[in-house]
Amino acid sequence: MNPTDKPSNQKAWLLILPVLICVAFSAILPLMTVINYSVQDIISPTRRVFVGTEWFAMVMRDSELHEALGRQIFFSLSVLAVQIPLGVALALCMPASGWKASATLVLVALSLLIPWNVVGTIWQIFGRTDIGLLGHTLQQMGVDYSYTGNPSHAWITVLVMDVWHWTPLVALLAYAGLRSIPDAYYQAARIDGASKFAVFRYIQLPKMRGVLMIAVLLRFMDSFMIYTEPFVLTGGGPGNSTTFLSQYLTQKAVGQFDLGPAAAFSLIYFLIILLFCFVLYNWMQNVGKSQQQG
Amino acid sequence: MFKSLLTGKNLFLFLYLLFALLPIYWMINMSLKTNNEILSSFSLWPEDITFENYYKIFTDPTWYSGYINSIIYVAINTVITLTVALPAAYAFSRYRFIGDKHIFFWLLTNRMTPPAVFLLPYFQLYTTLGLMDTHLAVALAHLVFNIPLAVWILEGFMSGVPREIDETAYVDGYSFPKFFLTIFLPLIKAGVGVAAFFCFMFSWVELLLARTLTSVDAKPIAATMTRTVSASGMDWATLAAAGVLTIVPGAIVIWFVRNYIAKGFAMGRV
Repeated sequence: MNPTDKPSNQKAWLLILPVLICVAFSAILPLMTVINYSVQDIISPTRRVFVGTEWFAMVMRDSELHEALGRQIFFSLSVLAVQIPLGVALALCMPASGWKASATLVLVALSLLIPWNVVGTIWQIFGRTDIGLLGHTLQQMGVDYSYTGNPSHAWITVLVMDVWHWTPLVALLAYAGLRSIPDAYYQAARIDGASKFAVFRYIQLPKMRGVLMIAVLLRFMDSFMIYTEPFVLTGGGPGNSTTFLSQYLTQKAVGQFDLGPAAAFSLIYFLIILLFCFVLYNWMQNVGKSQQQG
Repeated sequence: MFKSLLTGKNLFLFLYLLFALLPIYWMINMSLKTNNEILSSFSLWPEDITFENYYKIFTDPTWYSGYINSIIYVAINTVITLTVALPAAYAFSRYRFIGDKHIFFWLLTNRMTPPAVFLLPYFQLYTTLGLMDTHLAVALAHLVFNIPLAVWILEGFMSGVPREIDETAYVDGYSFPKFFLTIFLPLIKAGVGVAAFFCFMFSWVELLLARTLTSVDAKPIAATMTRTVSASGMDWATLAAAGVLTIVPGAIVIWFVRNYIAKGFAMGRV
């Protein structure tokens, strides 16, 4: 979007009105309900007491929440550290055109299209030592593998599953960025006798910056919200080793039906994501701007 | 040197595809076995191929209605999303107005709100409205992450269309709706395809909201699959067959839009 040469027209508001109404219905109203609950103690549907910020204070002091948040941040950073380089490498290796490119694209993207609980189910089967290929192979190799019994095995399995599931998104984005580089750049590099690495470092990487920012943003946010896959695979265990924020929140909200604290937790969760979002979004915009100027 | 690099690349790609496809293969493998064979021995391929598991799903209404329900709410969601996102994306790509950037960012934050945050209020809201266990409830709930994404993608495509086209059409006496439907929309059909694909994908794979808002009449296939857990143990074979079938619609859709997918992201806003 280049804002400078667009006509100013307030009637454009009418065009975005339908979106605002829909999103208001599916985002603002629910959010108001959450805010409403977060400051009350709901004893029964007809009896509720205003408690102010008490739930917030309670949630902030909740040590289980701190642990879940810590696990969450560590998990999200691990996801980024593995998936971004792997996705870029994959995009560099994918064929550029022809039927091979189509076939690779479809095969690579396949895992994105699997319902999230089916993803969990696939890995649940895949990792079993008696009937799963992964579990059985690891056991044959002498590893005492058990994603249900060993916390670090469970954690690694969830990470590998997420890598399997979402690296294609990064790869697709990076691939799109690579395909949009004009041939003239490569020709110039060939004339200069640039090495493969130099081409990557000074042509491909800067050109991919825009799409990689989207990749980082989407992957960070989505991994921060991960719920279904670990829920199906490990149910958050063993112990709490794979209980991430969403899982912990859902346990509170649905399991214990503790509306007030759950609502306060929801709001804090939302604010954490919003904060990261805001910082990343502005960072992205600034990187984009300085790139245009430079 | 070039040649050796090429094979190195292909080797990496091959290894990744192996990693990507093995879990899926394993599920297909299991779906063609009987429960007895699955549990009794470990084998890399079915020794006695059976299609009984698929037959069961296609003939039992409690099973196949799950797929129908999922397809219905995904379709409703995609139609609503595109209907409202198209004019909005046009507004964002063509005009400046008060608060445009703020609203755009705010839309994106909705894409990034965990569904778990909305679980509780949705449950209450749709209960109050009497929409619980309808396809419409799930379709509306999924708007929260699909609309921002659709607006984002479509805005990118629309910004790629020169503004002179709009102006020429107005000079020629086209009204806005006529111009939009007969001239502008055909120009961005790739964008509409990509946006529809992503709406399909994110609505199809989402489970948390879909499961919470339905119980019987609109139960999605993903939730139906939990039925395979019973007192007599897991029905692995049927579960695997059902899992394989959930991949099929997505695979079909991706084949149709494969040429546009990469473009869709490259032309995005950022």
